[in-house]
Amino acid sequence: MQPHAEMVHWAFAAGILFVGLCLLCEAIVGTRVWRMRAWRAYLWPSVAFGLGLLLWPVMAFFTNSSIHMYAHGSWAEVLMLAGGAELGLVRGRLTSPLWRLTWPLAFLVSGTAFLVHEQNPWFFARSAFLHHLLGWTFIGMALVTLALAWRPSSLVLRSGFALIVVTASVMLFCDRDVAPVFGHLSPLAGVEHR
Amino acid sequence: METPFVRSIPVDRSRPYARRVHAVSLIGPATCAAGLIWAILQPHRLTLLHPRGQGLWWLLFEPPLLVVIVGVLFATLVARPLISDLEAGGATTR
Repeated sequence: MQPHAEMVHWAFAAGILFVGLCLLCEAIVGTRVWRMRAWRAYLWPSVAFGLGLLLWPVMAFFTNSSIHMYAHGSWAEVLMLAGGAELGLVRGRLTSPLWRLTWPLAFLVSGTAFLVHEQNPWFFARSAFLHHLLGWTFIGMALVTLALAWRPSSLVLRSGFALIVVTASVMLFCDRDVAPVFGHLSPLAGVEHR
Repeated sequence: METPFVRSIPVDRSRPYARRVHAVSLIGPATCAAGLIWAILQPHRLTLLHPRGQGLWWLLFEPPLLVVIVGVLFATLVARPLISDLEAGGATTR
């Protein structure tokens, strides 16, 4: 009765795409206009926090090894931490800008978890390729968010970050359980199911 | 007859707002268009086109449709009120 793992990836991709579009909009119009309505200020931090929360059932029901469980659990923790910190900053409960460092931490942990828990080479199958690509993309995002913590008003950094988030969602949309990547599919990966 | 000299051209303050309004209003439709193009390029990923024999999950999770839905939700729930705020901001600046 459970959906395939690839479907869960697509659902998360949709959520991440929404967050990316919101970030892009905020970069275009500026934080002052973006926060003219109170609900909008909480929008993408809440979605990010919610995605972190939803990663727990994914960890419980969709992981088939300890290393997968640790990876998904660490994503859930850091996404909830970063989303929660952003909510605290928007609300004014948290005042130190150092809380923004939770984003580079989240991306560094996520990227490392992606790279560590994918034990197959790049061209083993599409999912392996995407794990490597997403892992390195997330490490790049850690650097961008680190720069954003120092220069939060930089238009280039903000729009660049938003576009990388959108790109990450595209990568997740490309995921399939067993599928070739650029014509490569290891016979050990199994039979392409659809 | 008197011909006044114009020594400074008044700056159209609404122009940056107009550009932002255009940019924001394009994001939702562009996302929908991306989903539609994907559906045209890979119609087999839309199980609604051939629903017979498909399970519930395959009918629920259709990636090109998810992209279109995100685009529609974004355009209606986020972009539309944001554009009205931007226009109000532009009007007060003018």
